[in-house]
Amino acid sequence: MFKKFQPSTDIAGQTPVKSSVQRSIRSAVLEQWKIEPETLEAVWPKKEGLVHVKCREHISIYTVRGEPIFFQHFDGPIYPTLRLLHKYPYVLPMVRVDRGAIRFLLAGAHMMCPGFTSKGGYLPPADEALPAGAPVAIHAEGKEHAVGVGITKLATEDIKKVNKGVGVEITTHIGDDLWAIKAL
Amino acid sequence: MPAKKNRDKSDKVPAAEPAPVASEEAEGPPPPEPKPPVQVLYCGVCTFPVEYCEFGEHITRCKEWLQEKDIDVYNKYYSEEALQAKIGTLSLEAQTKLEKDTAKKEAKAEAKADAALKKKLASQITIKRIERNKRKHVTAIHGLEAFGIDLKKAAKQFASKFATGASVTKNPQGQEEIVVQGDVSDEVLEMIEGEVGLLKGIPADNVEIVEEKKKKGGD
Repeated sequence: MFKKFQPSTDIAGQTPVKSSVQRSIRSAVLEQWKIEPETLEAVWPKKEGLVHVKCREHISIYTVRGEPIFFQHFDGPIYPTLRLLHKYPYVLPMVRVDRGAIRFLLAGAHMMCPGFTSKGGYLPPADEALPAGAPVAIHAEGKEHAVGVGITKLATEDIKKVNKGVGVEITTHIGDDLWAIKAL
Repeated sequence: MPAKKNRDKSDKVPAAEPAPVASEEAEGPPPPEPKPPVQVLYCGVCTFPVEYCEFGEHITRCKEWLQEKDIDVYNKYYSEEALQAKIGTLSLEAQTKLEKDTAKKEAKAEAKADAALKKKLASQITIKRIERNKRKHVTAIHGLEAFGIDLKKAAKQFASKFATGASVTKNPQGQEEIVVQGDVSDEVLEMIEGEVGLLKGIPADNVEIVEEKKKKGGD
């Protein structure tokens, strides 16, 4: 999503978000993420207005005090930025890829099923299975911090069954152009 | 490291247990206090979390940086045992391939940085005096961005220095340049030589002043 992203050309404009819209975003975040209201309050204080940064291809980035904290594609799920995810790694369910896949992930490739089902990988067990289209934090074998944020293309149980093709699509990863943006 | 359900169940490799940067957190009823964020140490060279430096383009410099910054963390990732543990999780063949790849990538990045530096040193700055009217001129300054100068801010600086209008505009070639109202070419040259304000790190030899006259019919 952010493989090629130039703030100078890809940002259409910045607007402060209406407080009623902010309320709905806040409740959406609380619903979609595993985050307590208090923690969200620390990240995004009620008093600090959210700023909506409109980008090409229906991508919206939301910033607080100029710092991007989450982004959204069209009406899709709200993803945290990687820096936020590093601070609060539990907000998204976690999947893990094996070590061999890190290289490709950092080059921006989508994650294939075998990377999750092999020895170094990890998928949530059957009773916590994720449906397709769920935002996930992508961790890597032997690493402590998340390496990317993605969206499941197959339900996790299907990933185990099919074990072929794209399992998780990457929305942002360490070192991409969103990562390079520290403040907007 | 926040003790969370889905993390506890993961079969983590022991070698990768939390860095000393992890924060403590208590399980149990959700506390009214916000949970403290995990502190992540980011590399000062490649901006990645330090554990991902090995996949970056400047691994040698990253290593040096970390060694200086925090020797404990450095030992955790780059000591002999750590390297051994890492090899253990990967087949030997894949490991050598990865190493080769990294070395290649690093060399490439270095070459790229070198080329960029050369280009920067060779790039020209043109101060152009454009005739608007017989006695009126504007000054167009082109090429500042190659030296990492924020054009918008520089334009502001010119505007306040000369008390005239200054703006960033696209020239016919589609490149951005600063246009200052009035003939200020000599003053701008002086400013660049004197490294005033934002205008830092520009070799004065690279600056040239040209004049553009309005074209006239038979002249």
